[in-house]
Amino acid sequence: MPYDPRLVAPMRDEMVRMGAKELKTVAEVDETLGDPKGTTLVFVNSVCGCAAGNARPALAQALKHTIRPQQIVTVFAGQDLDATARARQYFSDYQPSSPSMALLRDGEVVHFIHRHQIEGQSPQTVAANLTTAFDKFCGATV
Amino acid sequence: MSGHVFHQGHHALHGVTVVLETTGPRTYVGRFDTQDESGVHLLDVAVHDGGDPALSRGEFLRRTLKFGVRAERKHLLVPSGEVSSLVPLSAVDG
Repeated sequence: MPYDPRLVAPMRDEMVRMGAKELKTVAEVDETLGDPKGTTLVFVNSVCGCAAGNARPALAQALKHTIRPQQIVTVFAGQDLDATARARQYFSDYQPSSPSMALLRDGEVVHFIHRHQIEGQSPQTVAANLTTAFDKFCGATV
Repeated sequence: MSGHVFHQGHHALHGVTVVLETTGPRTYVGRFDTQDESGVHLLDVAVHDGGDPALSRGEFLRRTLKFGVRAERKHLLVPSGEVSSLVPLSAVDG
């Protein structure tokens, strides 16, 4: 059962403040991820304090990097159930976990951060994981 | 809301994805929930049977590290006497 929307609102707002586009419906997911051109980071948000409480600040920090994906989108696991399920179909080789992050380039998953890679890590460590991937996959193509 | 903790007052491993080795042939990977007198409670658990000739334990762990935990059991109770070791998945070398 989803949490009270009032409880998760700050967690949504945190994503929006860092420039992420919220995808709340299947149609919104398909409209955004259905066009596979370019680089997109999909952040699967979660209420889990021990992991998501680090993942969101980690992403915020990583997005200050000079090289970054062309678009940042987010779905909220346990809240926007259909949208989250749909988004996961775009990286279906990977088992669902939340929070997690998928970096897509031209529709292909090029980097994935599972929940277990976030648990117990500092935001700085997770951010470094992200920026390394940004450098590798989001730079100018030759 | 950054750093907000929903798990205050729980076991230190609560919410952490762990690898639980049993005294038998099975290895479990799942989210640690709690531990009580009955044993260790795991959630969303992947199961490896050491008797499976098609998938070694090492390969099972490598796949889990790369592709995530393939949850076969929503909840699993492992009796304390059957727990051989318990470590975070993130501490396992792929």
